Amino acid sequence: MYAPSFAAPTTVAEAVQLLANASGVARVLAGGTDLLVQLRSGVLKPDLIVDTKRIPELRTITTEGGGYRIGASVSGAEAGEHAGLSKDWPGVVEAVELIGSTQIQGRASFVGNLCNASPAADSVPALIAVGATAVIAGPNGEREVPVEEVPTAPGRTSLAKGEMVVAIKLPPKPARTGDAYLRFIPRTEMDIAVVGAGVCVTLDESGKCTAARVSLGAVAPTVLVVDDAAAALVGSKLDDAALAALDAAARAACKPISDKRGTIEYRTKVAGVLARRAAATAFKRAGA
Amino acid sequence: MAKHHISTTINGEPVEFLCSTEQTMLDVLRDELHLTGTKEGCATGDCGACSITVDGRLVCSCLMLGVEAEGHSVETIEGMADGDQLHPLQQKFLEYAALQCGICTPGFLIASKALLERNPDPTEEEARYWLAGNLCRCTGYDKIIRAVLDTAADMRGAS
Repeated sequence: MYAPSFAAPTTVAEAVQLLANASGVARVLAGGTDLLVQLRSGVLKPDLIVDTKRIPELRTITTEGGGYRIGASVSGAEAGEHAGLSKDWPGVVEAVELIGSTQIQGRASFVGNLCNASPAADSVPALIAVGATAVIAGPNGEREVPVEEVPTAPGRTSLAKGEMVVAIKLPPKPARTGDAYLRFIPRTEMDIAVVGAGVCVTLDESGKCTAARVSLGAVAPTVLVVDDAAAALVGSKLDDAALAALDAAARAACKPISDKRGTIEYRTKVAGVLARRAAATAFKRAGA
Repeated sequence: MAKHHISTTINGEPVEFLCSTEQTMLDVLRDELHLTGTKEGCATGDCGACSITVDGRLVCSCLMLGVEAEGHSVETIEGMADGDQLHPLQQKFLEYAALQCGICTPGFLIASKALLERNPDPTEEEARYWLAGNLCRCTGYDKIIRAVLDTAADMRGAS
């Protein structure tokens, strides 16, 4: 009979040791909103489950050098209740709050959303847009990588055996900077993204864009960083030409599949539209 | 693998149980503790029939392992009435006939109670969004929403 082992360590060092020494498949349990569905359906049969919610520093959001460090077990609901985070990076908070219902929000985490490595993960394009990093603990100590380097393919990550993401770090918000995330689904709530678009822009005093990042979800095997789309915004005040260039760059970056949520053509078209709308909100928030 | 011995609090009472790693909190409630008021609908976190609160936070018990309950405080539908005295939400659900088959009802009641504890004066839109993770195939939701909003008004008047 299938009977996995379970551990609930209270330190990161202990968790890393458990993961590194595991014989067979080990999985980290934060909110469990993906893991328990995979267990139930039998697609995943880990030999060891490591619950990280008893590690105190993984449960908190702390400010660090003007930015934020979000522990790996912090839930979407907790992120939404954090006044500073919601004020500085509203796009990031809106993105995580789009994931599932109130019940799911009570458990689901940024890090779980990232490490589940779905191309349609809602919080990931928003994190990438603001230049967030993932803090990874492992047998050889800690390393920090851009969020976009964690997922490598649907359901796969760049984490080595024994490694776990312990936190997401958001940079300090520069002056005149705004972020936004938009997701398209065929209904108003409770669905998986057909396309998601995250945009973050910084403006100068005249309202001209000096820096931008654009990220698209659900249009390729992993969430995309679209440098050409960002370049279309830099130097502009979001005029019609910049919007058209942004739309074209976003569409050009798409490598989607056709499935029940949308065809290749539909997803590609919507990616351009969402990128434009998210850019408009990001500009507005940046004070344009 | 030996079973885990878990000490927790359920509806204010200390409770101990044994469970294996893969048993969900929903499995434990229903199969080990015989608290069958919490229902299984989809078992994948989509329907909300298994809603409980853990340390006051609304969650799906199908998406939580029983072992995770160690040291926490769990509230289920069995703890909602005070003896024979129904909770105002339960009373109002009866008055409004805010249920037909009833399998979603414990989840709706637990989720609605969590809403009113956080927001005693929700708008209809806020109530509908809060309860969007609870599915009902019978009522069309309108009676449920009206029961929740009317309960909120009564409870505000009483306090």
